[in-house]
Amino acid sequence: MSLHQLVETQRQYYKTGEPTKLSHRREQLLKLRKILKEDHDTLTEGVYKDLRRDKRTTFGLEVGNAIVEIDYMLENLEEWSKPVYAEKTLTTALDTPMIYKEAKGVVLLISPWNYPVSMVVLPLIPIIAAGNTVIIKPSEISAHTSEALDTLFSKNFDRKFLAVVQGGVQETTELLKERFDHIIYTGATTVGRIVMSAAAKHLTPVTLELGGKCPVVIESDADIETSAKRVAWGKWLNCGQTCLAPDYIITTAALKPRVVAGLRKAIIDFYGTEIKASKDYSRIIGQRHFDRIKSLLDRTNATVLFKNGEPDRDDLFIPPVILDAKPEDVFMEDEIFGPILPIITVSGFDEAIEFIRDGEKPLAAYLFTRDQKKIQRFLNETSSGGVTINDVLMHITVDTIPFGGVGNSGMGRYRGKFGFDTFTHEKAVLKRGFFGESLLDARYPPQSDAKFKQLKKITGSRVGVPKIVKKLFPALPYIIFGVIMGFIAQRYGGHYLH
Amino acid sequence: MTTTNEFSQLVDELRAAFLEEGVLRTCDDRKKQLLSLRNMLTENLDEICDALYKDLHKSKIESTIYEIDYVVGEIDQTLSDLKSWMAPKKVSRYILQATDTAFIQKEPLGTVLIIGAWNFPIQLLLCPLVGALAGGNTVVLKPSEVAKNTEQVVAKLVPKYLSPKVVRVVCADAQETGELLKNQFDHIFYTGSSIVGKIIMRAASEFLTPVTLELGGKSPVIVDEGVDLPTVARRIVWAKLLNAGQICVTPDYVLNIDFCRIITQRQFDRLSSLLKSTRGKISFGGNTDSEQFYIQPTIITDVDGEDSLMGEEIFGPILPIIQAESLEKAIDLINKRPKPLSLYVFSDEQKHVDKVLKGTSSGSVCVNDVMMQMSLDTLPFGGVGNSGMGRYHGKYTFDTFTHEKAVLHRSSGFEKLLFMRYPPYTESKLSWARRFLAKWRSPI
Repeated sequence: MSLHQLVETQRQYYKTGEPTKLSHRREQLLKLRKILKEDHDTLTEGVYKDLRRDKRTTFGLEVGNAIVEIDYMLENLEEWSKPVYAEKTLTTALDTPMIYKEAKGVVLLISPWNYPVSMVVLPLIPIIAAGNTVIIKPSEISAHTSEALDTLFSKNFDRKFLAVVQGGVQETTELLKERFDHIIYTGATTVGRIVMSAAAKHLTPVTLELGGKCPVVIESDADIETSAKRVAWGKWLNCGQTCLAPDYIITTAALKPRVVAGLRKAIIDFYGTEIKASKDYSRIIGQRHFDRIKSLLDRTNATVLFKNGEPDRDDLFIPPVILDAKPEDVFMEDEIFGPILPIITVSGFDEAIEFIRDGEKPLAAYLFTRDQKKIQRFLNETSSGGVTINDVLMHITVDTIPFGGVGNSGMGRYRGKFGFDTFTHEKAVLKRGFFGESLLDARYPPQSDAKFKQLKKITGSRVGVPKIVKKLFPALPYIIFGVIMGFIAQRYGGHYLH
Repeated sequence: MTTTNEFSQLVDELRAAFLEEGVLRTCDDRKKQLLSLRNMLTENLDEICDALYKDLHKSKIESTIYEIDYVVGEIDQTLSDLKSWMAPKKVSRYILQATDTAFIQKEPLGTVLIIGAWNFPIQLLLCPLVGALAGGNTVVLKPSEVAKNTEQVVAKLVPKYLSPKVVRVVCADAQETGELLKNQFDHIFYTGSSIVGKIIMRAASEFLTPVTLELGGKSPVIVDEGVDLPTVARRIVWAKLLNAGQICVTPDYVLNIDFCRIITQRQFDRLSSLLKSTRGKISFGGNTDSEQFYIQPTIITDVDGEDSLMGEEIFGPILPIIQAESLEKAIDLINKRPKPLSLYVFSDEQKHVDKVLKGTSSGSVCVNDVMMQMSLDTLPFGGVGNSGMGRYHGKYTFDTFTHEKAVLHRSSGFEKLLFMRYPPYTESKLSWARRFLAKWRSPI
């Protein structure tokens, strides 16, 4: 089957209405859950081959949270797919306005290599939950995981509903010529532009989860040792190959030695003194990426504050490196996506904020402080996809807040209900009756001053439900219930209280 | 006329005002501009209506109700609710975040571009402006050059009422707009045709600028058996002839006495040629007057799915009527075409209405009337597929021009609770992690 035929087959299947049935969505989500619960070994084995990441760690980072997400989705599926009734105003007093939830159609999911399981599964869950069909194009760079996904998915899902298309740049380019109803792409900013440009040809909406240089600001009033430990955890997880990883640190000259000491201690605690030998330290994904980082190491003018081991191309090993860098350093040009941590020195908090604002909006920004005022300034004066205060990465674990970028770090978002909403078309519906035709008689020509006055009265100001009623109304049933119960308790239960 | 350099300078100034001077940072700043905009509309009503009449032969009543009052209504609602819209939104937490606070911070995007359309030159330009200002963004306003008189009025009045650090008007034709698009914006809001929508999105992709595209499409009207025909007919006629059929959500239908002229020679020629090339039978009307740009309201029956009238969006007072054998066939015919902006169904049978709702996709639907879904600002207004992406009206406009930043505020204490996430990884740590993950979503 050609790619075009595959897309058309999926589109025909979507048009039958099958994928949008709640029972179908539930069934497919449960199938996915089963694969994760029973076949995760195949997946984590693939990830180990691709990234040298311990299988149990991968389970925790990529599989466990996906199962939780599926359960969350299943729990709320019925509620979220129900029509939502909208607030009325005087002109629509006798009507039913509502938002009807619809699937979009055929979705294209393009995933990266750094979390090759979760970057497929986490978006896949809401795509299915919203009632779409999906074509998955996993990264060719994490080839083993992509193969494992292909094998498991083709065994369990019909291609007219869910299909995996493997391949590199060429296949992706061919795929992007087709018409989709939504495209979600996670990966590099440069490719994000190409995806959006291709999507423009068909007016396909896109969700782009890109990257950026996520800054970490460490203030003097923070617990330096704990802060450094948390930063170290987030930085060297997956050998720095995490889109949310702290990219660089901003701190003052006075604090720098303590920060570096804290980082150093954490690294040794995590990986031991011979880091290369630690089975918990991952590897660089491939030689092309290794070469990119190695070349930066060769060209940098920064002072090396810490380095444990030598880069080894055959082993794809690059040691953790802490640098004392200047803003013009090569490591400050693009997202590092590797185990090198530059520290930028500033004179104070103001300069730190300025520095962040001068750059492109990152996917995340981090601040370590106890000062509420500084936190407020940081939130108001810098922009990023998300923020975690006093830790790194963790905002992605809260599925009631959205995960997505802004500006160069992307557009759109998912996780939890935000994912469901992303892959849903919210159709506005107004149901009117034939009753009450006279109310709007004034809209029909021929126009007259009298009609004009009547129309203006209705449309000239927005007459909504008074705020006080809105505030009380949801509680009203409880208030009434409470009053009744109180009455009953008093009347009949009184003597039990003595 | 503005040059390329002038465009860049203008955008830079607006961006500097946004970033460095923090214009529109507070609720009061934003309300001040919105009130000014309101005054601009109410104090210059006659001049604006005059321009609209010159451009579109729009009656004063239509201009007041559908253009000016509409925007004033949006401003009023925004003024009343802005504070609550701007407030960070707290979210529910689970056991994993027991010691933390999580919320969504509302942020402006930066400097945005709003491109209006010619059919409702005030509403479609200023309604998005309301949300953009409410969201705290600085704005480049590009009114439609096709509605020349309104463009001039907007260019004249806006600088008098709104700060030049906040809003600037750019008068540009198609080519100049291309130049304008070479600048980086933080959001582009475009109302117009699908063809240009694609060009806009393509240009936006260079800067990874998110877009809202309010496009068009052929909005079908399904008239079921057994409905009260006179009422139905009245509703359809009213809608069709509003603006002479030149609304993105216009259905396609019958006659009336008071209505406006077609906007340009080019549009007139297009409609005349459609009338000539149809294979259907003209049951009513069909007369045109090229001097006046007048096309008589025309009903055409015996049209089939392949007719020339069933090609692109008509955008004129010509209403083809297709006879469908059954509801299913009608749904099929609709689904063969791109998803429209609106869809209308007249029926007394709930089952039939549900069939249409479930069986078709469109930006919005109105049952037993036409276009009224737009008057309710608690309903999102936007397209799907070829009819566009994104939505606005009411709070949805504010949301369009806002970035919802996810924030997790963790305490620096309780470090021991996190022991399982740190290497070296042991079996015990991993089993704790799994246990914790399983309890993840237990609410506290």
